[in-house]
Amino acid sequence: MMMTKMNRGLRALSAGVALSLLLMAAPNAYAATPKDTLVEGFAFDDILSMDPAEAYELSAAEITGNTYSLLVRLDINDTSKIKGDLAESWSVSDDHLTYTFKLKPGLKFASGNPITAEDVAWSFERVVKLNKSPAFILTQFGITGDNVTEKAKATDANTFTFTVDKPYAPSFVLNCLTATVAEVVDKKLVLQHVKPATPTADYKYDNDFGNSWLKTGFAGSGPFKLREWRANEAVVLERNDNYYGEKAKLNRVIYRFMKESSAQRLALENGDIDIARNLSPTDLQAVEKNAQLASTSAPKGTIYYMSLNQKNANLAKPDVQQAFKYLVDYDAIGKTLIKGIGEIHQTFEPKGMLGSLDENPFKLDVAKAKELLAKAGLPNGFSITMDVRSIEPDTGIATAIQQTLGQAGIKVEIIPGDGKQKLTKYRARNHDIYFGNWGPDYWDPHSNADTFTTNDDNSDTSSNKTLVWRNTWTTPELEKLAKAALFEGDAAKRGAMYQDIQKKFLEASPFIILYQQTEVAGYRKDVKDFKLGPSFDNNFVWPISK
Amino acid sequence: MQVRPQKSRAAPFFMGLLRFLVVAVTTYLGLLAVTFFIGRVIPIDPALAIAGDHAPQQILERLRREMHLDQPLYLQFYYYLVSALSGDFGTSVLTTNPVMDDIRRVFPATMELATVGTIIGALFGVPFGVLAAVRRNSFIDQIVRVIGLVGYSVPVFWLAMVSLVIFYAKLNWVAYPGRIDIAYEYSFTPITGFFLLDSALQGQWDVFWDVFRHIILPASLLGYFSLAYISRMTRSFMLSELGQEYIVAARAKGLSETRVIWGHALRSAAVPLITVIALSYAGLLEGSVLTEIVFSWPGIGFYITSSLRNADMNAVLGGTIVVGTVFIGINLISDLLYRTLDPRTRRK
Repeated sequence: MMMTKMNRGLRALSAGVALSLLLMAAPNAYAATPKDTLVEGFAFDDILSMDPAEAYELSAAEITGNTYSLLVRLDINDTSKIKGDLAESWSVSDDHLTYTFKLKPGLKFASGNPITAEDVAWSFERVVKLNKSPAFILTQFGITGDNVTEKAKATDANTFTFTVDKPYAPSFVLNCLTATVAEVVDKKLVLQHVKPATPTADYKYDNDFGNSWLKTGFAGSGPFKLREWRANEAVVLERNDNYYGEKAKLNRVIYRFMKESSAQRLALENGDIDIARNLSPTDLQAVEKNAQLASTSAPKGTIYYMSLNQKNANLAKPDVQQAFKYLVDYDAIGKTLIKGIGEIHQTFEPKGMLGSLDENPFKLDVAKAKELLAKAGLPNGFSITMDVRSIEPDTGIATAIQQTLGQAGIKVEIIPGDGKQKLTKYRARNHDIYFGNWGPDYWDPHSNADTFTTNDDNSDTSSNKTLVWRNTWTTPELEKLAKAALFEGDAAKRGAMYQDIQKKFLEASPFIILYQQTEVAGYRKDVKDFKLGPSFDNNFVWPISK
Repeated sequence: MQVRPQKSRAAPFFMGLLRFLVVAVTTYLGLLAVTFFIGRVIPIDPALAIAGDHAPQQILERLRREMHLDQPLYLQFYYYLVSALSGDFGTSVLTTNPVMDDIRRVFPATMELATVGTIIGALFGVPFGVLAAVRRNSFIDQIVRVIGLVGYSVPVFWLAMVSLVIFYAKLNWVAYPGRIDIAYEYSFTPITGFFLLDSALQGQWDVFWDVFRHIILPASLLGYFSLAYISRMTRSFMLSELGQEYIVAARAKGLSETRVIWGHALRSAAVPLITVIALSYAGLLEGSVLTEIVFSWPGIGFYITSSLRNADMNAVLGGTIVVGTVFIGINLISDLLYRTLDPRTRRK
């Protein structure tokens, strides 16, 4: 009797299980995103603010690049050229000090407010006065909170003038104005959200210029408007029907936060997202084999490098530095670990930048490296540590380098860790070898030339913590050449000057530059006109249709 | 023999409450201190985390002053304690919202997941445990034990990934990732923050179905882990009940086996089981971190981990305190329930 009773219990149980399985298997509309909406899987955990005066991260640049307008933009087909965005035309005074921009007529913000030169001037003013991380891109031209209203001002409703302190190369100034920090905000709208602030020694203004509101708010005029940003969840863009240029094709673009490459690939294959933005080489290959999917790529400005801290006596020897450059198997790394997501590149200006140099003189040569080490008095090598972010492909590459260095007797202990942790250590100059990446702050050769050569104060308390400073290196000769290039008005000559600097840098520097990032994305074939730009603020979504 | 004066029935109850409060306050202070100091000991500069790789030194220094990072550690702890005790955990660097607002938004997601998980766990765990006890050492008992063992020993993230590959990637039975499809995200207004409940209340059955397809896999996984615990505990409670004299008496009276087992024995075992289920619920609330990450579930675990990655210490500390509070609270409730439902525990 007990048996039958229990069997009944079991039957009920299995029926329950079957029912729930059935529920799950019920007709399932094949997951597909709405026709008027683009959904991108994207790891945008770097975003901290959407205020153009403050936003300084790659993902934020992509969002503001699609939602805000600039005076001038990079020509994405030839990044050594500039074209007008809000500006219809511009002129540079003969002394290279004053830049005058004429705005296009009839421009409007997404809010419907007209765009005037006054909005441009106020946008510059708030950047300089707020003085957040990217502000130096404008303040490096001698602009301060005290003089900004004079240096960046509206002379009439359609004319904006920008005055710099020295006769810099016009290409340098204009390139800086294409950075997201120079994006124009809607003065009238932002003023409605300004919060009072208590002036302090650090900040002498009585209001926040709308910064706390703009962190998540929106006051732009780009092809899309920002509807919502929820940290690590979603960024939602909606078409701006007041846009003065060619209107966006889709109504809505949603960036859905997805950290893992494999998760993005799964969602892409299942049609839950239209575009997967962070694919590993393996997942990328799988996407390329799938008939419903396609992929695209673009070289980006980010370069990956290894640097040797000069505080370490062994690493300070020029022969050792040179030996390191011969102890990396560039070919193998290029063919495997960064296949599709990077290209071997050994100089600091990325390909596509004015003054970029396409020279890769170093190859794995253990015998030569051993000779150099012997010359340096270290024939048996030495032991050293290397700090690496624990993400791919970084750790893979570090391990590969560890192996080739070992062939010459250099024993490397890899110290993996979180990116923010590594950065804290790097900026405290407590590393031996650092493996990491660097992207230019603005699309101009000076950005990288500066950080790879300028170290005007090598003390631990320096206020200018460039990459050469972080590695306790000084190179006064290159620094001087880089400064001179800033004032060369002829763009071609200027480019040649940076090439010369890089040649000297290749010969002697404690930096082993490895490769330049190639950004890749996988997408469903019904997505049309999707293209990645040369920099992150140029990954435009407005031309896309489905 | 002297008759001892009868104590008020309420006295032990209040004594228990008092003792609990002392423990809770101490636990709290400990939690605050530990999370704060861990947050300060980790080799990440929070100001640098906000300012980023390229920030000039003067901006970093300004941030440090604003965040009190230039003050001695004990002062920083004091500032933190004062604001935390007034319920203010500061502003999240990552989301720019007050931490409490963020938690109010993400916590229902975790609660919904843990609730559905616990329901699944109890729905299957209790009958499994009963069956295993009734058929002690039989094939069924072995199976239940194996199921439990797997639930204990397999890492949750691994099982989560495997189940995703099977049920989402291959079979496409369930939805992934997140909590709700974007198609509904902007047409659906939550009321309580429990999406299943909200969509049902509003009669939006298509939304309900979508939410169900999102929650079923992560909740089943969590349910599986609580099932392992619940079934094992049910089995042992039932075994001890089935050996009692009243069961023999009930059988002798000629009651059907079904009534003896499900009506009598299980009813007696129900009291300790409530504690078990409540504890496993609390466990799911705090322990769903990995599940939330794998399933992009925008709950508190996901919130705390992404805050940790970004050195957003206000959010990490606030989230930890809230999870701690819930754990302490559920402990109290189950403890009180236990005392109320089972008079024997009061006599001790």
